[in-house]
Amino acid sequence: MSESIVLRTVGGMLFPYILVYGLYVQMHGEIGPGGGFQAGILIAAAFILHSLLFSPQGTDRLLPRRLVDIAMCSGVLLYIGTGVLCMLMGGYFLDYSVLIPSDPAYAEALGMTLVEIGVGLTVASVILTMVRKIRGEAT
Amino acid sequence: MDPVLLLDVILLLLAVTTAIAAMAIRDLLGSVMLMGIYGLLMAVIWADLFAMDVSFTEASVGAGAATILLLSALTRTGTRERTGGDHHLPALVVVLITGSVLIHGTSQMPAFGDPQAPAHIHVAPHYLSQDIGKVSQKSPDGATRRDFGDHVPNTVTAVLTAYRGYDTMFETVVIFSAGVCVVLLLRPRSPLRREQADE
Repeated sequence: MSESIVLRTVGGMLFPYILVYGLYVQMHGEIGPGGGFQAGILIAAAFILHSLLFSPQGTDRLLPRRLVDIAMCSGVLLYIGTGVLCMLMGGYFLDYSVLIPSDPAYAEALGMTLVEIGVGLTVASVILTMVRKIRGEAT
Repeated sequence: MDPVLLLDVILLLLAVTTAIAAMAIRDLLGSVMLMGIYGLLMAVIWADLFAMDVSFTEASVGAGAATILLLSALTRTGTRERTGGDHHLPALVVVLITGSVLIHGTSQMPAFGDPQAPAHIHVAPHYLSQDIGKVSQKSPDGATRRDFGDHVPNTVTAVLTAYRGYDTMFETVVIFSAGVCVVLLLRPRSPLRREQADE
């Protein structure tokens, strides 16, 4: 926890902007540079900054640990689940075009967005968990 | 002199100097900071080579996340490296042999930017035109009103999530496994175990 009023004020102002930029990189990954990996790390960085500037307990209230654990697992499940859903719809594993039979090209983009969100969820929560555990905030 | 070449040479010299300094310095905090600067320099070099996605990843992972993780680890350990006894001759020999083999390997690679390089004429044209597994069926009214048309504009994302979807899936699983390992290794001891240890 930082005692400096300058760091706390500026960091607190930056926090929502980093979050929004992370979401932008996540959703814009198909069009510009970026994607799940980069977005996940940006979102994790926002919460790490928050926990460094303010108390770790405050960050826990903002983002409960259990939620981070759930996000970690659901990211991988979302990726694999998209692939399995493609199989259930009659295509190959991760063959996104079958997701919407009437509009296969749109389904490709939709499938890519879904798996990128899965990657982003897992990366963000794993990085956040690692930093929290290594800093020993649990004890 | 070509200004781009000049910039490349300056960046390369800076990156090599930073990497050597990060190894040579005894203060671990300074070493971590130099590694972060090295990551940022590499990100600039990738951007200079028009590899924007790699540059973005290097800036966020190499300069950002890795530095934060190493700094967090330093709060648990000392910030000074142990002195003396850090010269391991067999390791040096192995590194020198591996390095010379790798440098020998690069001598047969095509020149940088060669349009006839196998990487540019084998599968890359298909990736760029995005016609592998491309949806042949048009939308019902045949209109191309969508932003994406029949493909995703960022080829890197298309390669990562469609052409090499399995690869990216298992990368995600690897990251997930790393997270699970950290949780398992660094979890607080359960109250029952603690009581048993105290007895």
